Amino acid sequence: MIPLSEPGKSFGQRLKSALADAIIAGWIAFFLFSLLLGVRTVDKVTGLTLAPRPGLLAIAVGIVVFGRLLLNLFVWQAEHPITTPFAKLFTSKQFERRDLIVLGSVAFVSTLVFIIASIVHAAGFQLVAACLLAFLGIGTIRRVIVYFFPNLPYARIFTIGGIAFAILFPLVSYLLEKAFHLGLPLRYLFDLSILVLTYVMLGWGLNIVVGLAGLLDLGYVAFYAVGAYVFALLATHFGLGFWMCLPVAGIAAALWGVILGFPVLRLRGDYLAIVTLAFGEIVRIILINWTPVTNGPNGISDIPKPTFFGLPFSAQASPNFASFFGLKYDPLQGIIFLYYVILGLALVTNLVTIRLRRLPIGRAWEAMREDEIACRSLGINTTITKLTAFATGALFGGLAGSFFATRQGFISPESFTFIESAIILAIVVLGGMGSQLGVAIAAIVMVGGFEALRHTAGLQSVFGEGFDPALYRMLLFGVAMVGIMVWRPRGIVGSRSPTIVVHDVKPIPKNLVEEARA
Amino acid sequence: MAYFLQQLINGIALGSIYGLIAIGYTMVYGIIGMINFAHGDIFMVGSFIALIAFLALVSLGLTFVPLALIIVLVIAMALTAVWGWTVERIAYRPLRESFRLAPLITAIGMSIVLQNFIQVSQGARVKPLQPVVTGGYELFVENGFEVNLSNIQILLVVTTFVLMTVFWLIITRTALGRAQRACEQDRLMASLSGVNVDRTISLTFVLGAALAAVAGLLYLLYYGVIDFYIGFVAGIKAFTAAVFGGIGSLPGAMLGGLIIGLIETFWSAYAPSGPEYKDVAAFSMLAIVLIFFPTGLLGRPEVEKV
Repeated sequence: MIPLSEPGKSFGQRLKSALADAIIAGWIAFFLFSLLLGVRTVDKVTGLTLAPRPGLLAIAVGIVVFGRLLLNLFVWQAEHPITTPFAKLFTSKQFERRDLIVLGSVAFVSTLVFIIASIVHAAGFQLVAACLLAFLGIGTIRRVIVYFFPNLPYARIFTIGGIAFAILFPLVSYLLEKAFHLGLPLRYLFDLSILVLTYVMLGWGLNIVVGLAGLLDLGYVAFYAVGAYVFALLATHFGLGFWMCLPVAGIAAALWGVILGFPVLRLRGDYLAIVTLAFGEIVRIILINWTPVTNGPNGISDIPKPTFFGLPFSAQASPNFASFFGLKYDPLQGIIFLYYVILGLALVTNLVTIRLRRLPIGRAWEAMREDEIACRSLGINTTITKLTAFATGALFGGLAGSFFATRQGFISPESFTFIESAIILAIVVLGGMGSQLGVAIAAIVMVGGFEALRHTAGLQSVFGEGFDPALYRMLLFGVAMVGIMVWRPRGIVGSRSPTIVVHDVKPIPKNLVEEARA
Repeated sequence: MAYFLQQLINGIALGSIYGLIAIGYTMVYGIIGMINFAHGDIFMVGSFIALIAFLALVSLGLTFVPLALIIVLVIAMALTAVWGWTVERIAYRPLRESFRLAPLITAIGMSIVLQNFIQVSQGARVKPLQPVVTGGYELFVENGFEVNLSNIQILLVVTTFVLMTVFWLIITRTALGRAQRACEQDRLMASLSGVNVDRTISLTFVLGAALAAVAGLLYLLYYGVIDFYIGFVAGIKAFTAAVFGGIGSLPGAMLGGLIIGLIETFWSAYAPSGPEYKDVAAFSMLAIVLIFFPTGLLGRPEVEKV
């Protein structure tokens, strides 16, 4: 796709070919958008009518033409692509003078823009400049640290630091808030973290199926739904609590995984993907239509919250958590507890995955991912291997599902659409399949990023008051999915650490060699 | 009997639409071995382009229906073909030599992009269109139950079979078809013998998208309402049809489309609480077919190479 830069070409020649290319791209964009963006269908009493929007069409085509032109001139056909210095920030390559000039001027200009934007209250420019500066800052700090300590185990530090932060964050922020009244939006922060952690757990669960065993599962949400509904039904019909139902829901989902997995095991990669997708949809359609059991599209409400060793967190109950420990009642206590529940579940998922990778079954999964035929010829039973991968992944999906049910207090088939499966899969793939750290980062970026989009007033100042960022969330999500995949097919954290490493090659002792010769 | 015959007619009409979409899946799968997950959404885009083009012609004062339909058909085929080409160029070509699941994931991404692009640009509400092709024939009456064959159903089936024949001739008789079959067998060897592989693959996507546009137009005329979500379910069913008929085989795609259309219609008509579970029937069919006849009805067995 990317034309090779030809060093011999003069600037005039390059400008000419870049312009020609941009004009072709403009025509294509015009044909793509002409009817779909250039005209809008309007509902009227008499039927549909059309309202032209030539301005929007012109803007869209203009963006394509100029974007393509700039990319051609400065990146694709350029002798020294402008992106190289930025990429170098995140490697350990030597900087040249040119790179430093580019980076320095970008830093200078964005600081200037940031200051001016802060003075004139242009939130959009401020946001863009701040993002650029943060990007440069992170890269610089990384280079400096790597320069002084080249041999630290960074992945390990990152992991331990991340887990420590995740454990301490709610308690510390809660205590700080209580002590100093900082006015932090704690409720919102905790809710968001719980959401992110749920996706981290789902990502880690699906990672077993997709990342380790290499089976593309597009219907993972079915197991999530099974876990949620099993818990919700047991809780509302038989009055069982969360902790009692959690293992049951997990086992039910795992069983479901085996039932679904069994018939489709003979299928190859992408056939398997489509069949799992179909199964996911079947589960959702059954949930909608099997009204006597699932209450249909209305869903199940009044699902109980988890208790702390039998102590509920609600204000009405007595003794509740606060009164038992002699604390003042605060609704945040329950939310913090939920946070720790999902954190614990996610960490268990991670731990089990890491340990399983070192067991024969985990080794078999990875061998199967790399080459199924070779795997079979080595005497590994691929049927059992696939089934265990499916069941283990489904188990964690089910656990996450019952957590989802208890957190929401209400579930309906609406929550278990294909798009949910796609989001979880995107997290796994974009994080770099098989990399636990990558999945966690991808979950934070994806879910956190979209949540941020929902609340940014800065975007509104750029696109006008009528701009609703929430509408564009899924569009941007799709664009990000395609873009990241094309840019880095191996995911954000692309380097998967090998499971087995030969640390040092031992030379064969001389006496053994001679023995063999004899 | 009358009821059965009516359902048979409805099933064949629905099956023709699935068959047209299925050809796009089967050609792409045949040539590069990937499931073009976004193809169902290309069908949806084609249907929207057809709707807007039709409304534009009406507002320009063109009221002679056959001429309007032909113009709409040409516009929809051309513009949707550009969409198909662009999707291949952006999302699949850079990943052609990547690992197997990579293009499938960009395809899912593209599907999300197309759905949401239409939702954002044209609104999420369903788009109705007044019946354009009206009238029909009453075949016979049995116990007060009329069996009708509407003009739109005739149009549907005739268009589908004409296009099928044209495509069959393209694949079997022209240089492009030869290049396509060569790429299907061995891409490297084809490129060594002077076949422009990139161009051939692009043209495959263009042809598939053009057929999807026809299906989109027919769907719009047949049902009269479309929304941004029609591509998802129709896409899965058409894929089922392609697999059923034997992936890679053009007549197979058509046959599979007809069978899936008939299964769905008869399931809705006869099974208890059929309409609610008609999608379940089609999806279960997919699983059953893949398990018991992985090569489909008219497909060739696939040899797995090490």
